[in-house]
Amino acid sequence: MKELMLGNKALARGLWEAGVAFVSSYPGTPSTEVTEEAVKFDEIYCEWAPNEKVAMESAFGASLAGRRAFCGQKHVGLNVAADPLFTLSYTGVNAGLVAVVADDAGMHSSQNEQDSRHYAIAAKVPMLEPSDSAEALNFAKLAYEISEQFDTPVLIKMCTRVAHSQSVVETSERVEHSKVYEKNIGKYVMMPGNAKRRHPIVEERTRRLIEYAETTPINRVEFFTDEIGIITSSTSYQYVKEVFGESASVLKLGMINPLPVELIKNFAARVKRLVVVEELDPIIETHVKSLGLQVEGAELLPRIDEFSQNLIAEAFGKKISAGVSLNDTIPARPPVMCAGCPHRGLFYSLKKRKCTVLGDIGCYTLGAVPPLSTIELTLCMGASIGATHGFNKMLGAQSEGKTVAVIGDSTFMHSGMTGLANVAYNQSNSTVIILDNSITGMTGHQQNPSTGLNIKGDPAGKIDLEALCRAMGINRVRVVDPYNLKECDAAIKEELAAAEPSVIISRRPCALLKTVKHKPPLHVDADKCIGCKSCMKIGCPAISMKDGKAVVDQTQCVGCEVCSQLCPKKAFAR
Amino acid sequence: METKNIIIVGVGGQGSLLASKILGHLLLSEGFDVKVSEVHGMSQRGGSVITYVRFGDKVYSPVVDKGQADFIVSFEILETARWLSYLKDGGQIVTNTQQIDPMPVITGAAEYPSDLVEKIRAAGIKIDAMDCLTLARQAGSQKAVNIVLLGRLSHYFDISEDAWQNSLKANVPPKFLEINQKAFELGKNFNG
Repeated sequence: MKELMLGNKALARGLWEAGVAFVSSYPGTPSTEVTEEAVKFDEIYCEWAPNEKVAMESAFGASLAGRRAFCGQKHVGLNVAADPLFTLSYTGVNAGLVAVVADDAGMHSSQNEQDSRHYAIAAKVPMLEPSDSAEALNFAKLAYEISEQFDTPVLIKMCTRVAHSQSVVETSERVEHSKVYEKNIGKYVMMPGNAKRRHPIVEERTRRLIEYAETTPINRVEFFTDEIGIITSSTSYQYVKEVFGESASVLKLGMINPLPVELIKNFAARVKRLVVVEELDPIIETHVKSLGLQVEGAELLPRIDEFSQNLIAEAFGKKISAGVSLNDTIPARPPVMCAGCPHRGLFYSLKKRKCTVLGDIGCYTLGAVPPLSTIELTLCMGASIGATHGFNKMLGAQSEGKTVAVIGDSTFMHSGMTGLANVAYNQSNSTVIILDNSITGMTGHQQNPSTGLNIKGDPAGKIDLEALCRAMGINRVRVVDPYNLKECDAAIKEELAAAEPSVIISRRPCALLKTVKHKPPLHVDADKCIGCKSCMKIGCPAISMKDGKAVVDQTQCVGCEVCSQLCPKKAFAR
Repeated sequence: METKNIIIVGVGGQGSLLASKILGHLLLSEGFDVKVSEVHGMSQRGGSVITYVRFGDKVYSPVVDKGQADFIVSFEILETARWLSYLKDGGQIVTNTQQIDPMPVITGAAEYPSDLVEKIRAAGIKIDAMDCLTLARQAGSQKAVNIVLLGRLSHYFDISEDAWQNSLKANVPPKFLEINQKAFELGKNFNG
């Protein structure tokens, strides 16, 4: 049956058709929907793991048990899972093991623009790269065949434009696969003696995979002309086809590691001009050059940001239309914390106390944008606590009384706990604020180990954050409601003043959760409002000034009353 | 047939994903090759968002570039102006006239430009501008702005009323179908 399907959903469909029985992932844009779609199939056990490393190790355990397994992550998630990946390359698998890594060229929702193809090369594992939904589905199935045939984990590299684009797919039925687990110490216990025996097997496997890459139908030549030949993959292939149609020959690579040798040499020999079109780093280009071939790439195309058809057309000297625009300056519309976001009140309190706020990954990163402009650091998952520890160790009394780490509940479970262990163990006088909105917010509401619900929304184990922090050795642990500005302010003041490590849990569920019941919206009594703009300091998108008075947008306001606590004239009412 | 391009623009959270879903379903059922490209994640938090819908005999790129859109469907008038350069020469705009202040305007760092519909029209661009929020409320829900816009867009398509209705039915929960059908009609029959 023909269907229009999101790339990530098509990949999930491919997992189901391939007989996958186990999925463990940590959410991350643009990879999240693979797991959210996989969970809709009854035959697949799915879970959100606390982080990508645990997810990959769990998926490997399932593979070891003899069931086809999968884990999904975004590019930076693979950094976390890199440790098991590099040695899984040595152990190989039992039943097929596939991991998706979704890159985000253009950084639509990411902190860096890393090119994950480097991981496939470094870990010496095969990587497939689909260019649309149909390929996402079919490559998922093929990945399991490769995994079992070559005894290796396989990476599938998605990018935002493949993951979050819908295109037409044809579906088929599920085929079950299973194997039996057999004890094999030489294969699975990677102590030096055994690992030394496994490494040559990895190198021999790569040699056989190169042979496979020469003939696999997912690396294909579309020959139309000898004037120009373009080697490309992923979404870049679509842009090339859009611009050139049948006026360029194309070598379309579906397998990006290892790369073929003879196939590329033969293609190069048939064309007068050879060009590589690939987003981000020159992976294919470097390989082609290593074969001693004349090729263009980096001199034509940028190494930053994502491509588009206009960008490719211009690079090849073709004319494009720039379109029309008005003379007016169009104000930017950056993302903002939602109306009623529980993070807002806490950030306001931190700003008021002029705190140095070292932040983390999540919606609350938006605490860095005006008018709050409070967060001074965002690096990677969990870094807020580690960085605060080091900062305070060096600056001592100069920073301890005003520096806080700010981290979400899911991010804390992911990799904040180990940072807190360091604070407790090596005793920096640090204050950590856990923004517990009882969900993984930015990626679209996924459960985590502190919410008490599993991926299906059913009751699950629940980690008690207060008990956990105390058990780790933090004596000062307190909970505040971020809608209550006085309570927030008092807690921040007292915990920063304390002469020992402390944790403040700012607890209030995400305002977008369907289970949250909102109060009716507020409105401003124009007779009372003096236009002092005190309520504007919190940067609520529901409040604006019209004719010198504050006005509340009734479609956005959820009645959180943070603004009314700032009003000197009590002008907000229901 | 040459590939046709639509961009749907608005403010994160306004419901553009449902609009593109209905359009994609409709165009596939009409026998076209279709690609729809969305952005999830950070920008959905009240930021400027764009969704691309492309259809034809064979569609390659999932995105629409500057100067290529046959239609701009917009949920908010400032966003119409922001993405104007994506319109093809002779392209058509279908827009909501609603104004949602972006944060730089709220904080006073920037001003919301005035008379955008008039300025766009003065530039010789075909623009259907309507207060979709009022029409949506009239239909029974302020969330139906997206369907009002689709109704108006349908006016420019040579696709049967039945096909549009089928795509509505297939993508809207049954209990909201009547409201959405009403919103579709109000948009379709809007007379600016």
